[in-house]
Amino acid sequence: MITAGIDMGSKYIKVVILKDGTVLGRAMETTGFEPVESASRCLDKAIKEAGVEMSEIDHTTSTGAGRKVAPKTDSDITDVGAAAKGVVNLEKNIQTVIDIGAEEGRGIKIEADGKVVDFAVNEKCAAGAGAFAEAMSRALEVSIDEFGQLSLKSDKAIPMNAQCAVFAESEVVSLVHAKTPKHDIARAVHDAIASRIVSMVRRVGINESVALIGGVSHNPGFVDSLKRALETEVIIPENPDYIGALGAAITASERTK
Amino acid sequence: MKANYGYMDGSGEFYITIDTDLCIECADHGCVKACPAGMFEIIVDDYDDEVAAIKEDHRKKIKYDCGPCKPVNDRPTLPCVAGCTLGALTHSW
Amino acid sequence: MTEKTKEFWRWKEYNWHDEAKDPKDVETISAGVDVGSVSSQAVILLDGELYAYSNMRTGSDSPNSAINAMNWAMENTGLTMDDLHYTVGTGYGRVNVPFSDRAITEIACHARGGNTMYGPTVRTILDMGGQDCKVILCDERGKVKNFLMNDKCAAGTGRGMEVFADLLAVSIEEVGELSLDVEEEPPPVSSTCVVFAKSEASSLLRDGWSKKRVLAAYCSAMAHRVVSLLERVGVEKDFAITGGIAKNSGVVVRLERELKLTSLKSKYDTQIAGALGAALFAKALVEKQRKKVAQ
Ligand code: SF4
Ligand code: SF4
Repeated sequence: MITAGIDMGSKYIKVVILKDGTVLGRAMETTGFEPVESASRCLDKAIKEAGVEMSEIDHTTSTGAGRKVAPKTDSDITDVGAAAKGVVNLEKNIQTVIDIGAEEGRGIKIEADGKVVDFAVNEKCAAGAGAFAEAMSRALEVSIDEFGQLSLKSDKAIPMNAQCAVFAESEVVSLVHAKTPKHDIARAVHDAIASRIVSMVRRVGINESVALIGGVSHNPGFVDSLKRALETEVIIPENPDYIGALGAAITASERTK
Repeated sequence: MKANYGYMDGSGEFYITIDTDLCIECADHGCVKACPAGMFEIIVDDYDDEVAAIKEDHRKKIKYDCGPCKPVNDRPTLPCVAGCTLGALTHSW
Repeated sequence: MTEKTKEFWRWKEYNWHDEAKDPKDVETISAGVDVGSVSSQAVILLDGELYAYSNMRTGSDSPNSAINAMNWAMENTGLTMDDLHYTVGTGYGRVNVPFSDRAITEIACHARGGNTMYGPTVRTILDMGGQDCKVILCDERGKVKNFLMNDKCAAGTGRGMEVFADLLAVSIEEVGELSLDVEEEPPPVSSTCVVFAKSEASSLLRDGWSKKRVLAAYCSAMAHRVVSLLERVGVEKDFAITGGIAKNSGVVVRLERELKLTSLKSKYDTQIAGALGAALFAKALVEKQRKKVAQ
């Protein structure tokens, strides 16, 4: 049985092609202004990589913000449901999933079979998501990759007062004027997001085995701050960007049974 | 006076309302003792009355600071609301 | 920050005094200074009557901003700090006013100032400042009954508007008029968050929207947001708007349309409400003090 999972994110579209539990192909495209076209392109790319034909796909499930408009789809599943399914498929023991993208963050509590028990969401405010770090790296005039690395060099915790991305930008500018080293500013920024994320996740309860997924998992500075704030290890499953698409593809295979 | 502390941002409205007219009559200041996050203080306001207020450094993050009292599932009565015997406190979320 | 940006978001600074009045033959000279995060105002009253005021951008430290604002209000009046009988500091930097006799919150000062500026019928005062937004309900004596403040989020503040003025390279003073110069009202920008609204605006521009149309969409989003704040406390008539954004017709017109209420106009500058209230408190406090001494 061959299935496809499409994750229609607000910034990127991801597709996973699955055959009997094994990933055959995956692809990513920027969402852009024509999400449906981007998704079709992304699907074609993944199918090509998997070496299969569109007609061989038994079921396609989509997830993500734009899941209702996804092309060639048979069913859909929420972001939270897909994330949980995808994570337990790779890491059996996970009980808490933290999913942070550019525009929103989520804390999800799951059972062993990937069933969602509870979840809390932070959305529509850039201060609680990856966009906060991006805006601050722009204010510091470094790339987001560099920003993440810089943070690891700091051993100082400076508190940030502003709780808003716009006001925090001015705070960063005045820290620069006060000759605060860039790496300490980077850490202050990551610590600030991490503390907001952890407070949110506490509302569902935090267990020993925590997984981090979503775009922000590529930022080593943030991961470091998150571990400190959680006071526990954080597991990042392989290909963390594709977890939603993987979860959708798994759901698709369950639905064809 | 009704004092609303907190904020509204893209993600929602988060306000704690204190009816300070009731505070004036209050003797035991239960809110201060009840809150595990230590968010309340007793101040002398602009009209020289002794009333409860949310501390300045909590006002911009009450959504996060109150998180532990507000689990997603089975939310119990909030300690501050239970602690205030005069019923002066309400939360908007 | 580039030079270019600075030019776009600067408010005008000014001072004024009433040449017909003479500070020499009065009983009480009281003053108020409102040190906000973006701008600072000073007001001087002669026996409770408005005599002089100033409005300028807040510098990097509050004590100096307070001194500068007060000195500027006193320019060409012949007054010096020593002539002020009582001074109240208010605003975000109120505890750092070196020459003040007492600090009072901006909420109480706005209510009191609004009561004089708009008359005792005013019940709801909306203050939209550079970095915050306040809603105050007050009684006929200018005493606060209910208030709500929003200083966490840039949406609905002058700062949020500046981000937009910057993005579109228009001066902040022109935003209102430009936004009203559209044939048809566009749907409001859908994101509240300034960061997300900015990306939304960029894509609208790429879609071929005119600057005016984007500004209209943002002003109406801002008006809508402020209305939801007002609804939390419940608007009572009469209604007045103070602060920097009161000068932005694009937001005010849309706000009034949504509320189905017109705001009271005042002959005073809307930005001095807080400092005026502080000066009125100062007058009452010095009189109370004198009475005590006399007893
Ligand atoms: S909900 Fe909890 S943390 Fe929040 S104010 Fe009440 S007692 Fe304090
Ligand atoms: S403007 Fe600031 S506080 Fe408001 S929603 Fe955006 S990031 Fe959050």
